[in-house]
Amino acid sequence: MNFNMGEYGVYIWPAYGVSALALTGITLWTLLAWRRAKARLAALESTMQQTAQDT
Amino acid sequence: MQFLFRYANPHNFMRLSGAVLPFTAIATVLCIATALYLGFSAPPDYQQGRTVLIMFIHVPAATAAMNVYGAIAVCSLLSLVWRHPLSDTAARAAAPLGALFTALGLVTGSLWGKPMWGTYWVWDARLTSFLLLLFIYLGYMALWNAIEDEVRAARAAAILALVGAVNIPVIYFSVQWWSTLHQGEGIISGGTAPVFLWPLLLMMTGYMLLFLTLWMVGIRTAILQRRARNLMQAAGR
Repeated sequence: MNFNMGEYGVYIWPAYGVSALALTGITLWTLLAWRRAKARLAALESTMQQTAQDT
Repeated sequence: MQFLFRYANPHNFMRLSGAVLPFTAIATVLCIATALYLGFSAPPDYQQGRTVLIMFIHVPAATAAMNVYGAIAVCSLLSLVWRHPLSDTAARAAAPLGALFTALGLVTGSLWGKPMWGTYWVWDARLTSFLLLLFIYLGYMALWNAIEDEVRAARAAAILALVGAVNIPVIYFSVQWWSTLHQGEGIISGGTAPVFLWPLLLMMTGYMLLFLTLWMVGIRTAILQRRARNLMQAAGR
């Protein structure tokens, strides 16, 4: 692998940097939303079970 | 169609996607890692020097942006014709991913244009129609959020998606129909040297696998959110 970009480094590195940042970002955001939705549903289901048992 | 709908049932989708997800996730990482390795090992192009490295991320982002839009258009058609609720969910979940790929296509293209064409931006057919794609994505997402009633929002969004689909062939053929700075199609069909073609093809596959993976997670998230909403409504009664 060769990381010497010469005069073009100022264009190549930002292109890779922005892409890496954006794709990592959306991956984390997607996973976070999934975990949050899962936790919320689990919490809802357990409180509903609780109320069903109480009544 | 019956076959398709069996997997489009939310319950079955959760099961199937749960089984497939680990594999697409691993394949995504493998494809992108290999593409990066091959790309950074490739020799400089005789015309473009090392800026050919930008091609390895620009073309995958731009093609993914258009493929994702195609997926949204197909889902929208399914939703309008067969009224299948999961196809609305799928179309909506794909939109932010497509918008991001479009933005990446624009940014990386602009960073490639400066050293190669001498300018970050020109208002030519390819670039302008691609910018329009970004606005269509943003408009599509805004429309979903603007209408409270989910059934009506889905229908309006699906119509917008199908109208906007006209732009996809315009983008694709723009390099043939109008004179443009952007190079024509034919990177894959024309004689691109294998040292450049392999990292490009692998990265394109990697980007599409990443989309598939995140799309499935997004649809799964929406299904759980709907279940939670239904529970809340049931409890409210």
